Amino acid sequence: MKVGLVQEEGRTWSSYTTSSLPSDTRDAHICAAQLNVWYGDKLALHDVTLAVDRGTIAAVVGPSGCGKTSFLMCINRLTDMIPRCRVSGALHLDHLNLMSPTIDVLALRRRVGMVFQKPNPFPLSVWDNLALPLKEHGVRKRDELRQRIETVLREVGLWNDVKDRLGHSALALSGGQQQRVCLARALVLSPEVLLLDEPCSSLDPLSSGMIEDLIVSLRGRLTIVIVTHHLAQARRIADSVAVFWAQAGAGWLVESGPTQQIFDSPQHPITAAYIQGHRG
Amino acid sequence: MVNKRSSPWLPLFQERCVALVVWLAVGLVTTLFLWLVSEIVLQGIGVVSWEFILSAPQNAGRDGGIGPMLVATALIVGVCLGVSVPLGLGTAIVLAEYTNENRRLSQWVRRSLDVLAGVPSIVFGLFGHAFFCLFLGLGFSLLSGGMTLACMVLPLLIRSTEESLRAIPREYRLSAAALGLSRWTTVTRLLIPLALPGFAAGLILGVGRAMAETAALLFTSGYVDRFPTSLLDSGRALSVHIWDLAMNVPGGNSHAYASALVLVGLLFAINLTSSFIADQWKKHALT
Ligand SMILES: Nc1ncnc2c1ncn2[C@@H]1O[C@H](COP(=O)(O)OP(=O)(O)OP(=O)(O)O)[C@@H](O)[C@H]1O
Ligand SMILES: [Mg+2]
Repeated sequence: MKVGLVQEEGRTWSSYTTSSLPSDTRDAHICAAQLNVWYGDKLALHDVTLAVDRGTIAAVVGPSGCGKTSFLMCINRLTDMIPRCRVSGALHLDHLNLMSPTIDVLALRRRVGMVFQKPNPFPLSVWDNLALPLKEHGVRKRDELRQRIETVLREVGLWNDVKDRLGHSALALSGGQQQRVCLARALVLSPEVLLLDEPCSSLDPLSSGMIEDLIVSLRGRLTIVIVTHHLAQARRIADSVAVFWAQAGAGWLVESGPTQQIFDSPQHPITAAYIQGHRG
Repeated sequence: MVNKRSSPWLPLFQERCVALVVWLAVGLVTTLFLWLVSEIVLQGIGVVSWEFILSAPQNAGRDGGIGPMLVATALIVGVCLGVSVPLGLGTAIVLAEYTNENRRLSQWVRRSLDVLAGVPSIVFGLFGHAFFCLFLGLGFSLLSGGMTLACMVLPLLIRSTEESLRAIPREYRLSAAALGLSRWTTVTRLLIPLALPGFAAGLILGVGRAMAETAALLFTSGYVDRFPTSLLDSGRALSVHIWDLAMNVPGGNSHAYASALVLVGLLFAINLTSSFIADQWKKHALT
């Protein structure tokens, strides 16, 4: 049903996207313009133009395979890690040109943290999971390590659970706890942007709720881009929403705008149908 | 369901046949193994003693012990490991982490390694003789022997380490990269500890092959049965000694069996300790 709709409406989609750019892009923290991603010859993301304001939470929603993960991976240049992956267009983090081949990607990834869909703490102790990135970025003093690790574990609400077993393998924790370790691991470097790729999708409602609360508590401090399949979640926590869609294998941005506008008065029929479909 | 009901006895019969074949195979292999080991133990145990293990052979090996052979074997294996472990680990890491799996070059390297792994040891012996003994002028020496064995062991070691590096889920690499970890940190702190079981497996296979090697050593480390005093001395490996006793020395059979018993014991011990060490190391590095 939806597929039919895409093919029918796909021809005119571009007239919607350009008008839905946030009106004031001067304070945009992340700014993408006509961003394309190819895997080999396959176009995975087509012409995405999107801005995310500083300190806000932006939700990216859309069906499977529409390029949400690919979009996130452009922002921390994880696309570099994928053989035959190519990115074109314009992408800026503040004034840093993320398309430049000469930027220091390790420094960039320190500024942009990421949490993946599946909890994937390293098969190390909880302590080492957090100490490894810290040490890599120059924190060597044991006191400072300890203090930063404790702070971030308290922040993700894990300190009381793990304070007695920091030396135990992180893989021995529950799925929800593991995902919070991953969140802590991303936060411990004090990034300014946090990319979350369906962080709650493999968790039970309780753990999912905890992570959601945590994300909300970070609003204002960090700029957050979260991919989610829960429209209700996007509605609860996001300041703005971007709806992606896949057409003939290539993902594109249908519509983006303030959360309320997307949910209450969607401009594009695909958005309307997508939201309707989830509601019903 | 319907199919099964129409001929209820056939699957059962087939199942029993398969089970029978499997058990026969298991029984055969186990019997062979036990037979072999008991043969060696029964024939050799009477001779083995501390005296036998520590002293030098007399009367071409019919009397005395195997002290020099143990020293020579240890030195040869030591040289072999000293050369092959760093080289093998390094090559495996380059192949798995720094080259694209489908590139022409790495494909050729991989194919050559697979061919090398199947080359008979006598060919390695001839190569080692020509290259290490003659060309590099090392002569018949423990050094030549060890390096020849290293050439033999390297393909096994590299391929098994590379396979286990490749088996590590991509998510670990992605999340390491997402944290801004450098390639070096990712490899040394994360990937090597995770690939350790495969590395240990390759190492055990390799050392086993090295310790049991006769043909390649005849041409490279020679068969002088004195205690070696330096790596440039010629020395007789234990397996060469067994071969010599069994083939060239009438009346050397009981000592050949005793030497074989010591060799098998050593292989067992190495197998156990190396998997133990790998376990410990992994635990240490990963917790
Ligand atoms: N490494 C890759 N190599 C080739 N194609 C890829 C690769 N990663 C993703 N793709 C393709 O790119 C398209 C977008 O994938 P992406 O993972 O970005 O989608 P997604 O929106 O995150 O989907 P999901 O909701 O299922 O996670 C898909 O068609 C996918 O098949
Ligand atoms: Mg995805």
